[in-house]
Amino acid sequence: MTEEVFRRLEQALPAGAFQEVQENGARVLAPEFLLEAGRYLRDEEGFDYLSNLSGVDWIERGYFEVVYHLYAMRRGERLVRGEASGGPLGPLVLKVRTPREDPRVPSVTSLWPGALWQERETYDMLGIRFEGHPDLRRIYLWDEFEGHPLRKDYRPEES
Amino acid sequence: MTQESALSTPLEVEELETETVPLNVGPQHPSTHGVFRMVVKLQGETVVDLDPVLGYLHRCQEKLAEGRTYLQSIPYTDRLDYVCAMTNNHPYVMAVEKLAGIEVPRRAECIRVIMDELTRIMNHALLVGFLLNDMGAWLTPVQYGLREREKILDLFEMASGSRMMCNYMRFGGVARDLPEGFLPLLQKVVDDFPGFIDDYEHLLTTNEILRSRCKYVGILPPDRAIAYGVTGPVLRASGVAYDVRKVDRYSLYGELDFDIPVGTVGDTYDRYLVRIYEMRQSIRILKQAIERLKETPPGEIQSKVPKTLRPPAGEAYARIESPKGELGFYLVSDGSEKPYRWRVRAPSFVNLTPLAEMCRGHKVADLIIIFGSIDITMAEVDR
Repeated sequence: MTEEVFRRLEQALPAGAFQEVQENGARVLAPEFLLEAGRYLRDEEGFDYLSNLSGVDWIERGYFEVVYHLYAMRRGERLVRGEASGGPLGPLVLKVRTPREDPRVPSVTSLWPGALWQERETYDMLGIRFEGHPDLRRIYLWDEFEGHPLRKDYRPEES
Repeated sequence: MTQESALSTPLEVEELETETVPLNVGPQHPSTHGVFRMVVKLQGETVVDLDPVLGYLHRCQEKLAEGRTYLQSIPYTDRLDYVCAMTNNHPYVMAVEKLAGIEVPRRAECIRVIMDELTRIMNHALLVGFLLNDMGAWLTPVQYGLREREKILDLFEMASGSRMMCNYMRFGGVARDLPEGFLPLLQKVVDDFPGFIDDYEHLLTTNEILRSRCKYVGILPPDRAIAYGVTGPVLRASGVAYDVRKVDRYSLYGELDFDIPVGTVGDTYDRYLVRIYEMRQSIRILKQAIERLKETPPGEIQSKVPKTLRPPAGEAYARIESPKGELGFYLVSDGSEKPYRWRVRAPSFVNLTPLAEMCRGHKVADLIIIFGSIDITMAEVDR
């Protein structure tokens, strides 16, 4: 059923917004269409809940990937209350890629405020800048810390 | 001016300047449940704004896991939310099972459900005690929670050999079968626990002090809770009946009969009450899981899994309803024996995001209770 959601999403977006369809059904979006896609999925398809936002460093391919796991919470709630859910529950997996040299991705905090801290964490650990985030600071490490530890080429000072 | 007329002149309050005062709460503070710091802006006693400062317990767990085999990372999950070590194992092994296509025998699923629900009642019993702590009922309620927790820790020790850092679940099953004498003790916990909840309720649920401190304090409306990605008892207290056990129907939960309690207001009192009712539902689940466990052949607790696991390149996301909310693991494999990316979606961390919004306009003393009612473990927030 998530395939149908993606088919409708593809129709709602300009041609070429989908860069890749992955084996497990995840879609790679061009970053400039991320907010438009997110707004469509949240408002038209009921994916109101951003469960997980994380980043992956694909160093050999030269880019970072930001991964979004979306669920339809209100539909899930109907299921819990014993009614028909009336649509797919998730997870819907979206990805965007950004070059390692200058990693920038639009922030989805305007759609899902639940991304506020998760984006700060991804910025802290991988150094991906989320454009439009109201308060993009490091969250775990101190402000003077240099480098981003989850990058594959990160080396601690001593070694 | 004579002294008499000076006294009778009313004070011109509007001419007095007021300014907000920053107050540092934590990181070392008994009521912050670990090393958590908030920089609070106060107007008198009222909270105007709040900025949480995290990271005092950050141990680079996601980075550490990238340098270890899949199996070596199971003990690390125990140390995320150390109150709920058993439920932390569960989504991690589920994610690896998804990644590598491993089946789990039915007996192991029964054991996992039993361990998950024992962890839930243990966590909630403790949380209610600590919530009272935050209200000023220093340590006595916690002692009762700890007393009940001991009985469950005894069970964990019997099954896994360790009371807190259980390291019990494995890919495709659990580490060992339940030892002799486990089931009678478990049955005793299941039989006795409702009485303990009754005691708690008798003392607390209609208690005037608890009600006046908790009612309408820290309200989180349902639409805000969903937008913030809040899960678990905090979400359900806001009236949203979302529970991963019912939605994903993982493990045995699809065939078990239990209800999802929800609140109506979304205040601290509802968050207290939802946990009380969840403990009662967990007892129901335990009874059914024990029945099903007895129908399975002893010893069949592990499917065949290679000693050194190399899952095919790909990714998996698995989540469960942990006592604190949705605990998820996102794993990326490059085909080697070590994970390429090991990501924890921690409920304690995400549930804290709306803290400032929930606290604005309340008094300093309420701040501690609202924070306590979210139920977090800093080890899971900071990882």
